[in-house]
Amino acid sequence: MTLARRIIPCLDVDGGRVVKGVEFEGLRDMGDPAALAARYNREGADELAVLDISASSQGRGTFLGTIRAVAEQLNIPLTAGGGIRTMEEGRAVLLAGADKVTVNTAAVERPELISELSRQFGAQAVVLSLDARRKGASWEAYVRGGRQPTGRDAAAWAAEAVSRGAGEILLTSIDRDGTRSGFDCELTAAIAATVPVPVIASGGASTFEDFFAVFTRGQADAALAASIFHQETHSIAALKEFLAARGIPVRLSR
Amino acid sequence: MKLAIVDYGAGNLPSVERALRALGAETERAIEPAAIARAKAIVLPGVGHFAAFVAGLRERNLTAALIAAQAAGVPLLGICLGLQVMFASSAEAPGEAGLGFFPEQVFALPATVKSPHIGWNQLRSIRESKLLRGIPEGAYFYFAHSFAAPASSAATVAACDHGLAFAAVVERGHLMAVQFHPEKSGEVGARVLRNFLESLP
Repeated sequence: MTLARRIIPCLDVDGGRVVKGVEFEGLRDMGDPAALAARYNREGADELAVLDISASSQGRGTFLGTIRAVAEQLNIPLTAGGGIRTMEEGRAVLLAGADKVTVNTAAVERPELISELSRQFGAQAVVLSLDARRKGASWEAYVRGGRQPTGRDAAAWAAEAVSRGAGEILLTSIDRDGTRSGFDCELTAAIAATVPVPVIASGGASTFEDFFAVFTRGQADAALAASIFHQETHSIAALKEFLAARGIPVRLSR
Repeated sequence: MKLAIVDYGAGNLPSVERALRALGAETERAIEPAAIARAKAIVLPGVGHFAAFVAGLRERNLTAALIAAQAAGVPLLGICLGLQVMFASSAEAPGEAGLGFFPEQVFALPATVKSPHIGWNQLRSIRESKLLRGIPEGAYFYFAHSFAAPASSAATVAACDHGLAFAAVVERGHLMAVQFHPEKSGEVGARVLRNFLESLP
């Protein structure tokens, strides 16, 4: 009897469509969020993440509708966020059908946002989204989509967020994001050793071996990836079979 | 038969409602005592803080209605925090009384493991269960909680381990509850809900 390591596909959404940034230059349309959600639900995803990366306010306006459409397709947990600034925005995301809401930039600027959400909805509903970039021997937290340094140590910020009521950390390595060079296992292990809550590793996934590494060396509780699943480079079922054969506890569907 | 889903002002109500309707159940949201008094079966979902849950029930005058319904033998399914609230009290909110259908106290998961206990875990069967009928040993269910009821409760029919053993499924006659989220636990979770519906007279 063991808690399974989770595989979490992520939908980056802009204006109601799933998109994927190509080398930071443009966004490529990857499909309809509800259709992709239904596919992942069927294929044995342990959870789904939907993140709003809309640059425009028109794009942002459609996000709650996307959450509702996605939630309709799922009988697994849904994490949603991206640009959540207030308690009311967090509540709206949860009421639209998400089980957990992620906070990032606004939580750095006003950490009480985490306490408020956690008091109202419980720690299990509040995920700190932490974008970190290596700086010497440690890592620095960044905000605004990984573009702006905060001057804060990533591990220290993770610990503070947990003490304020975050129940999980969604940890993205800015150095690895989009590179397909593997998860940053060192970063993930450092944060996992610092906080008493689950850590979801993100950024850099390419091969099955990358997932094995982040669950062993990286000590991650869950691993998140986007494009490798959307493009059907890898099926979730095949990934889980691979991990199970290597002794990683995973939930094999049905 | 119409199911009353207790609406105490927060929680995972919409997804529980959707999961039950997908199984063909008729549901209504119970926000006042009369809705509970006329219910033939009750579902008590919940997430968040124990104190907010009992305060929400109290403010809507639902506490006494739930206690009366349980005394009258109305079938009741608690989910997650809904399970915890069916116990006497919780370490999460010292001084607040639960519904007291089960006499034990809910405890905090130990600091030796990651908490909240978030993710998919397996059950250990203790005795025959109505809710788990037809579900294979080793099936995974989705949990998201920091507190739990003791596995040693006389009502525990299946336990789970996370640092300590805790009650994953409790049953006593018409009272049933699960610590995991059946509405988020894929096909096996739907089977638990279907088993509840099929257990109704």
